[in-house]
Amino acid sequence: PLKHNSELFTLTYGALVTQLCKDYENDEEVNKQLDKMGYNIGVRLIEDFLARSSVGRCHDFRETADVIAKVAFKMYLGITPSVTNWSPAGDEFSLILESNPLVDFVELPDNHSNLVYSSLLCGVLRGALEMVQMAVDVRFAQDTLRGDNVTEIRMKFIKRIEENLPVGDE
Amino acid sequence: MADEALFQFLHSEIIQYVNSAEPGESENGRCVSKLENMGFRVGQGLIERFTKDTPRFKDELDVMKFICKDFWTSVFKKQIDNLRTNHQGIYVLQDNKFHLLTQLSAGKQYLEHAPKFLAFTCGLVRGALSNLGVKSIVTAEVSVMPACKEQILCKNIKS
Repeated sequence: PLKHNSELFTLTYGALVTQLCKDYENDEEVNKQLDKMGYNIGVRLIEDFLARSSVGRCHDFRETADVIAKVAFKMYLGITPSVTNWSPAGDEFSLILESNPLVDFVELPDNHSNLVYSSLLCGVLRGALEMVQMAVDVRFAQDTLRGDNVTEIRMKFIKRIEENLPVGDE
Repeated sequence: MADEALFQFLHSEIIQYVNSAEPGESENGRCVSKLENMGFRVGQGLIERFTKDTPRFKDELDVMKFICKDFWTSVFKKQIDNLRTNHQGIYVLQDNKFHLLTQLSAGKQYLEHAPKFLAFTCGLVRGALSNLGVKSIVTAEVSVMPACKEQILCKNIKS
């Protein structure tokens, strides 16, 4: 059976990237815009995620990584990336995606060698985690669209974001 | 399989983007056009992969029924609630709970934004029909906002 719904998302995403490539002068700008849109989606997606999954608060970054790979990616994209390449300090890891639903049937045209097609994903992850008090850096280390065998997303924990505490009576 | 919430968020964000890229009241038309054109390309793409194994349709009404049942279910997880036609090329599809509109707050002041939320879908249908050999004009109307009723008028242009 055809995965119809994922095609709607994949095709729509493709149409968006095409539009952005028309609107912006260079690939860097497109990447930035995709990342920004992803961020906006992420800060809202997290609520949807928390409401629909029954995951509680993560105690550390390792737990966070597992939840992202096994629950979030599965729920939203129907894939389960593997979590590997942990840094010795435990503050950085990789998500390895054997297949990337966003890039089905996509080929990068020759004049867009700097385009990081799936930049939206980086923004989504960054925005979502910011809403649960984690500042992270997210980037693509490998990309099948650019000739690599797998797609690798590298996530680094920067710092905990302090929640704004209500001002008490002095 | 991508979750439908993900598409909804993306759709909403695309509207925001197109909106901010065309500032000013008078640019509403250009926004709607851009969104409709994006939808058109996606609609074409969907049908390309959708109907590889489906036999040819016997007539125009058959095509419309396909849109109302199979296509709408595949894209929006439900069928069109009501299909009417004057048997002269005009079809009215009614969706009583159009889920892309459920994000908009109820209330008259948001009615002016409704066209932007419908534009992509109109393009989607027009694109799908185009690949099925039917040239059309697709427009949409919201009659009752809180109930999110939506009508798509499909006018077949005979060449």
